[in-house]
Amino acid sequence: MNIVAPVKREMHVVHSRGDKVFRGIVTAGALTSLVILGLIGSFLFARGAQVFSQYGLKFITGTNWSSSLDEGIPSEFGMGPMLVGTIIVSAIALLFAVPMSIAGALYIEFYATGRLRKILSGLLDLAAAIPSLIFGLWGIQVFTNFGQNWAEFLANRLGWFPLFNTISDNYGRSPFVAGCVLASMVVPITTSVAREVYSRTPRELIDTCYALGGSKWGAIKTVVLPFGKSGVVGGAMLGLGRALGETVAVYLVLNLNFRYTFRILESEGGNVASLIATRFGESSSEELTALVAAGFVLFLLTLTVNMIASAIVTRTTRK
Amino acid sequence: MSNTSSVLDMPEQAFAGLETRDAHAWFGKHHALAGVSLRFPAKSVTGLIGPSGCGKSTYLRLLNRMHEFIPNSAMAGEVLLHGDDIYGESVDPAAIRLKVGMVFQKPNPFPAMTIRENVISGLKLAHIKIDNEQDLVEKCLSRAGLWKEVKDRLDASGGSLSGGQQQRLCIARSLAVEPEVLLMDEPCSALDPGSTLRIEETIKELAEKITVVIVTHNMQQASRVSDYCAFFLSDGGPGVLVEADQTRKMFTNPTDTRTADYVQGKFG
Repeated sequence: MNIVAPVKREMHVVHSRGDKVFRGIVTAGALTSLVILGLIGSFLFARGAQVFSQYGLKFITGTNWSSSLDEGIPSEFGMGPMLVGTIIVSAIALLFAVPMSIAGALYIEFYATGRLRKILSGLLDLAAAIPSLIFGLWGIQVFTNFGQNWAEFLANRLGWFPLFNTISDNYGRSPFVAGCVLASMVVPITTSVAREVYSRTPRELIDTCYALGGSKWGAIKTVVLPFGKSGVVGGAMLGLGRALGETVAVYLVLNLNFRYTFRILESEGGNVASLIATRFGESSSEELTALVAAGFVLFLLTLTVNMIASAIVTRTTRK
Repeated sequence: MSNTSSVLDMPEQAFAGLETRDAHAWFGKHHALAGVSLRFPAKSVTGLIGPSGCGKSTYLRLLNRMHEFIPNSAMAGEVLLHGDDIYGESVDPAAIRLKVGMVFQKPNPFPAMTIRENVISGLKLAHIKIDNEQDLVEKCLSRAGLWKEVKDRLDASGGSLSGGQQQRLCIARSLAVEPEVLLMDEPCSALDPGSTLRIEETIKELAEKITVVIVTHNMQQASRVSDYCAFFLSDGGPGVLVEADQTRKMFTNPTDTRTADYVQGKFG
């Protein structure tokens, strides 16, 4: 059968003027954040480019950071240990923070009742807003005192394992302690996000678990944890963003040390952000450029970690 | 408040072992259900019918202790399973829910699981050992009328099925723990007419082996699928059981005029 249709007529959706204005506003908002990100990245790169061309890969892997004011002796800038330190301290922080946050979020959402639940979630949001300086001060004044006992305990029991090996008997200003302080900063925000996600678990799915003869823990394991997985990864990323870029707390707790170290209980280490904070005030223009370049590397690292994380989230949720 | 709660007449061997005596339910201060005494016939479908807010879903959730998950809820009276009060002090509610299963209104397979995993999820939740997983999965899916459609893609996500298939998967999931009684809370209200018919066929087949109690808003569905009907009604106060009888009698010659008005569509 042959169907003869009349001439096709182009169709397009007609927007009102209000729609167009609103569209413009939200587009501008979305673009602004992209533009700002691009501007920061290109500023850091442009200022640091000279350093990258001068030192090449050695800037990333080198282990000597010395600024020379003497014309005869050349300066040397290698941020390797700081980069590794950033990763180690952040990893320690997440290792402690994520399980604690998940447990805390589950407790508030599924076990705490009535007033207690309201108080806890209020406190949590409050804690997420505490400036990192306060955590740093608490870390150096209070936490190091018992944190070093934990570190010593680990060193005594697990010292045969390279990671927990120590040379000196000074545990207080170690990456382990710094990581714990960072964990305490990360926990509130990660818990807050995790709780929010868990609270959106469809009630019917939880009821189904009970109706099948499951326990509360069974329902949490079967439904709540899988449902909240991507959200918790997102929360952990927010926390990690805080940990990677954390300056003051690490600056206060750790002694900067330009040596590659994987001894997390030893009193040495550092991270990129605290390097910048430490050196910034007294730096020559040459060193300032190197610090900006270091900032660019940190910027890239943060961006990469976030991209990997969001890739993981999309992959695990699509299945 | 009327107190006309009636009891279905049946010989003792036809009794499913599940009954309520003067059952009441509250949500906080709101008295939702009053004085329901009802015995359920075995290997048959009992439809709970009545307009919205008459307490029929609440009553259903009393039967497997799901009512208690609503904060500040309360109940009075007795729900007996083989003579034992399921709200007794020493009773494990999870054990009751294994014997009295439930299918919900919206199809809700576990989203992170495959079809196969969904079927056996109840056994995992209840820590029941699985002897022959393949046989069990096939048996449950067959009983739910879904086996032929999914046998080649058991490892696909449960969410990849159509709404009606998902609901049959949920039925298969409930059957895997081998309940004596299956409670269904408007299982077709989110489905298209074709899927609804398939589910109704499944329900009738299930009733050859187990007892089914189904809440439905749909009069035609009640008349098609149920052997017995219980009519609930609220006059603004708590819902009460007006009349319960064989479905045929309820639809042709009910005792109570309110039942007649409702089944003829005069209100509701």
